[in-house]
Amino acid sequence: MANQVDEPMMVDGRVDSPGGSWPDRWNHVKKMLERAGPFAHPDFEPSPETIQFMLEVCKILVIGAGGLGCELLKDLALMGFRNIHVIDMDKIDVSNLNRQFLFRPKDVGKPKAETAAEFVNTRVPGCRVTPHYAKIQDFDGEFYRQFHIIVCGLDSILARRWMNGMVLSLINYEEDGSVDQSSIIPLIDGGTEGFKGNARVILPGITACMDCTLELYPPQVTYPMCTIAHTPRLPEHCIEWVRILLWPQEKPFGDNGKPREEREDIGIDGDDPAHVKWIYDKALERAEKYGISGVTYRLTQGVVKHIIPAVASTNAVIAASCATEVFKIATSCCNPLNNYMVFNDTEGLYTYTFEAEKKEDCLACSQVPQKFTFAPSAKLKDVIQYLCDNAATQMKAPGVTAIVDGRNKTLYMQTVESIEKRTRDNLTKTLEELGLADGQELVVADSTTPQSVIFKLNLSP
Amino acid sequence: MIKLFSLKQQKKDGEVGGQKTGTKRASAAQLRITKDINELQLPKTCQTEFPDPDDLLNFKLIIMPDEGFYKGGRFVFSFKVGQGYPHEPPKVKCETMVYHPNIDLEGNVCLNILREDWKPVLTINSIIYGLQYLFLEPNPDDPLNKDAAEVLRSNRRLFEQNVSKSMRGGYVGSTYFERCLVK
Ligand SMILES: [Zn+2]
Repeated sequence: MANQVDEPMMVDGRVDSPGGSWPDRWNHVKKMLERAGPFAHPDFEPSPETIQFMLEVCKILVIGAGGLGCELLKDLALMGFRNIHVIDMDKIDVSNLNRQFLFRPKDVGKPKAETAAEFVNTRVPGCRVTPHYAKIQDFDGEFYRQFHIIVCGLDSILARRWMNGMVLSLINYEEDGSVDQSSIIPLIDGGTEGFKGNARVILPGITACMDCTLELYPPQVTYPMCTIAHTPRLPEHCIEWVRILLWPQEKPFGDNGKPREEREDIGIDGDDPAHVKWIYDKALERAEKYGISGVTYRLTQGVVKHIIPAVASTNAVIAASCATEVFKIATSCCNPLNNYMVFNDTEGLYTYTFEAEKKEDCLACSQVPQKFTFAPSAKLKDVIQYLCDNAATQMKAPGVTAIVDGRNKTLYMQTVESIEKRTRDNLTKTLEELGLADGQELVVADSTTPQSVIFKLNLSP
Repeated sequence: MIKLFSLKQQKKDGEVGGQKTGTKRASAAQLRITKDINELQLPKTCQTEFPDPDDLLNFKLIIMPDEGFYKGGRFVFSFKVGQGYPHEPPKVKCETMVYHPNIDLEGNVCLNILREDWKPVLTINSIIYGLQYLFLEPNPDDPLNKDAAEVLRSNRRLFEQNVSKSMRGGYVGSTYFERCLVK
């Protein structure tokens, strides 16, 4: 069985051929791109150039090579996208094999990104998937800017918001405050949870972003601390008790030679079976004490790692929807999803599309930086004076921070005594001395504005 | 419809669009915490302490109640705000060992808005008021320190004595408390 699936696959009636192409290979795609159709966008012009763009130029980034990522890579590669990068920081676990179909038992322990890329590159002639066994945070704007479209198959809200912030930071604004469309990198996001899923299209700066709709992502389930501590009723309460209360107290796996008080607290590693086993054993003891049933190793691992059961078919549906959006945006052959699709096949089949609205006060995407100009020799107090005196701002006690050399720096904050004392000296320093460069963004908070405001510093002598 | 890129547009690192190399934008969490911190309206019994003024995500809160059981004490809380803020609440721990029904001896705090009732509209200020209230009205119905809660429920006088004993520095039962009186 395992050997068979590694053999070359018949694609459009032909097996692998030199150069990765053969006549009629892209017929299924050309049918959509080289002729008009009743569902095509009115402005769409059929042309043989479009498929060349897909095949040769268009650069796609897939984030995550897990349940959604495997589907996405397969879908995109078979559609004709050949310049694909994939980022994933995880290694393959045996429990992934039931749905992450680019992986085989022999791959357990290998990085997902590399294994998935190798599989697709071998299987789909001409496709070049470049793997990155890394965290998304390991790359900067320079890296992300090279892509035409980014697709996310992630399982964490934090990572989604990070990516959202990244594509938003790549936007340029025109003089009139409108978005420079050439700086937009569309972000397509898929998410699944058991039998439920969603797919969405974000045009950063133009349509609702991840932060605009944060309330659609419920926070992690948490239980009241006192319930966990004294009145557990559920197996989860027992596991959380061990995780939150007992672990930091006992500090297991720290230096065992030392007494408890001096031991270092080794953080819980949900991928370390010894850690999960320890938590499981202690949770089981507690469950027995309170007459609670249902504590299992699997549940323990699930609670510790916040695992939501994954369903292969949901991943397939959501990934297909995301891949279709990539195709529509890359080729302009059809209007993209506007802009949020929910899918649920728990009972029967339910799907619904709505337009998530861009929030006017969204912290992430509605921050068109206001520009102001100062001489490099101007002092920080001049800037603050300006913010207070200027008719357009009229601030009261602005707190100013900036990112200098990649680090957050509090330039001045009057309202908090301990910060004021230690930033007071900055007031008489020049902007140059403070390390502020031309184009530097300043974050300004003041009681007169509902949220922090970004100013872009234009330094001119 | 927006035509996002011309078909021949080749993307290369650092060539198309975007900000200049090296500029990094503040995260949504950073923007929000800057606002929260700048706008702190502390009750007169509270102070904040920022060990690193450039790091607004990690700081300490000092509560010195001027009434109630804990009058005269000084209690230090550590706040750790993550990049998930305000979607996720900050992590708050009590660094001063305290005899209190809602705070255990490890410093865990039972305050609903720190966990199950957290909402992104709440701010650091909401938490500070919540913590301050815990010292004015310890709640024996949500116990984290069960012994303290039982004493408070059954014998307020004894609870009061235990609290002052612990704040002066000494044993309550078999647990030793460090002195935490202001003077
Ligand atoms: Zn937004």
